[in-house]
Formats: sequence, C-alpha cells, structure tokens
Amino acid sequence: MRTVIRLKTKDEIEIMRRAGAVVAGALDMVGREIKPGMTTARLDTLVEEYIRSQGAVPAFKGYQGFPASACISIDEEVVHGIPGGRQVKEGEIVSVDVGSIVEGFHGDSARTYAVGEVSQAKRRLMEYTLKALLAAIDKARKGNKLGQISATVQRVAEEQGYGVVRRLVGHGIGRELWEEPQVPNFGSPSDGPLLQSGMVVAIEPMVNLGTYEVKTLPDGWTVVTADGQPSAHYEHTVAITDNGPDILSVA
Amino acid sequence: MAKEETITVEGEVVEPLPNAMFRVKLDNGHIVLAHISGKMRMHFIKILPGDKVTLELSPYDLSRGRITYRYK
Repeated sequence: MRTVIRLKTKDEIEIMRRAGAVVAGALDMVGREIKPGMTTARLDTLVEEYIRSQGAVPAFKGYQGFPASACISIDEEVVHGIPGGRQVKEGEIVSVDVGSIVEGFHGDSARTYAVGEVSQAKRRLMEYTLKALLAAIDKARKGNKLGQISATVQRVAEEQGYGVVRRLVGHGIGRELWEEPQVPNFGSPSDGPLLQSGMVVAIEPMVNLGTYEVKTLPDGWTVVTADGQPSAHYEHTVAITDNGPDILSVA
Repeated sequence: MAKEETITVEGEVVEPLPNAMFRVKLDNGHIVLAHISGKMRMHFIKILPGDKVTLELSPYDLSRGRITYRYK
C-alpha cells in the first residue's frame, strides 16, 4: 500500500481558504447561538443553513454514512456525536466539528464551547487543548517532520496530565475530506514524512481529562471516553507554505 | 472530522523472511512486511506460513507492520 500525499497549488489553497472561511463562519455562528436547552439537532440545522447560505455544501452529510452536517459531541463524547434530541445544558462542554465543500475542495474545523458556566477543570481542558493545537500548527513548517506536529500535541496535553486520544487522528485534506497523511496526536518527532510546501492537513487534538482510551457507541459513530470523563476537541485546516503555516479555517 | 486510525488489522502469513520478518497478506488483500514483536520473540512464539496473525500498522507507512498476536 503506497501512501500518496497530494500537494496543492496556490490556487487550490485559495479555494480551500474559502471552504475554510465558511466553516469558520459556521463555528462563529454556533458560538453566538449555543444556549442551554437547545437540541443538538437544532444546532445542526443552523450549521447546515449557514453553510448553504454561503454557497457551499456540508461535507459531513452522507460522508461514510454520517447523517448530519455537524458532529456535535457533549462532555464525555469525544467526536462524531450525531445531532438529535439531546439538549445542551448549563455546565457542559460541547465540541462542534464542521466541514464544507467549495468547488470540490474541503474545509474542516472544530471548536469546543462552554455552555454557561463550566467547571474549572473543563475550562482548563479546553484551554490546553486549544494551546496544543496552536503549538502544533506552529510546527507545520516545510522541512519539519510530520511527527513534530504529533509530538507537540502530545507534549502540551500530557504535561497537564491529560490523555491524548490515539485511536482517532487528523488527516490530509483537499479534494477528499480524508487524505494522506494521517496526522496522529502522539508520537515521536522523528517519525513521519517530511512536510513540504503545498501539503494541507487537518490538525485536530482530541484531549481527555482522564484516560486516552475511547470506545464507540452502538450507533457506530459517537466516540466516548472509556472512563466517562469530559473531552475537548479543536481542529484547524492548515496549509504548509514557503512562508510557514497558513491557517485556512479562519473567517 | 477525525479519522479512525488504521492500526490493528488481521492477516495471514504468506512467506517467512530472514530476521524474523514476514510477508503478511491482510484481510483487505494488501501485502505488508511485518516484523514480530519483541515480547513474542522472547517467548519463542513460532510463526509459520498460513498462520492467522494480528498486526499493528504504522500510521506513517502502511506497508510495514508489527505482529502482536498469533492465533492458534
């Protein structure tokens, strides 16, 4: 099995920036709208309406059978939560993962939101997951190994005593939502392919307050922490350019 | 959207190679080069062509693996 990493041209990266902006806009909107008592299905509808209003297509709907436009994962749900009748409650942390397609190219980003006042432990978990993502993005430079991204996420999260999910990984992104290479959130800095200009990756630390072990619920999608403790998830689509990392999923 | 890591897969040994390496045919039809885990080496677990094994693939190089279990 050969792994082919498809490099993107400057023009393709500009299209992906538009796809990323749609995703970022959707996540900004979620940040304004999310309130206690809202169902996750309602949030999903808002996300889908927003994406379509921007002339883009929701990337997740139908992807490998996923039934919705956003993955919405509450507290102990790590990722891939299926929107439905569950209401978000004060004190919960809610991870929302959104993907869009513009002219055949994908944008993918996720953020974790605090609903009302949340515990200090959850707030810190969110803060350090975001820190891990930003520190890792800084390693997305040509000439670095992919493993430097992975190792950075792991170091930032584990220094705080958190568990870094191993079973799920970030990914290359472009014409497909999931392309090569896989971008693990753990590992040795000397591992993996050399990063080159034109590679675009979705870096997405999933950090658990407790153990890194996770399990999948019988619905076949929702991934929850094995110990039931909360988990946070942040993701950006990042292009590696001659001028360093370029975050595409910003409004 | 996070991707499921392709880590543990099952396969069948097709050919023994020197240095405790094996060519293994995965259930999905791919052929990979696999070495045997240190723990299995310590316990002298023999592997013959035709054995069903579990192996871990490297997320970085899907053509290489590490055999972690041999079924009886």
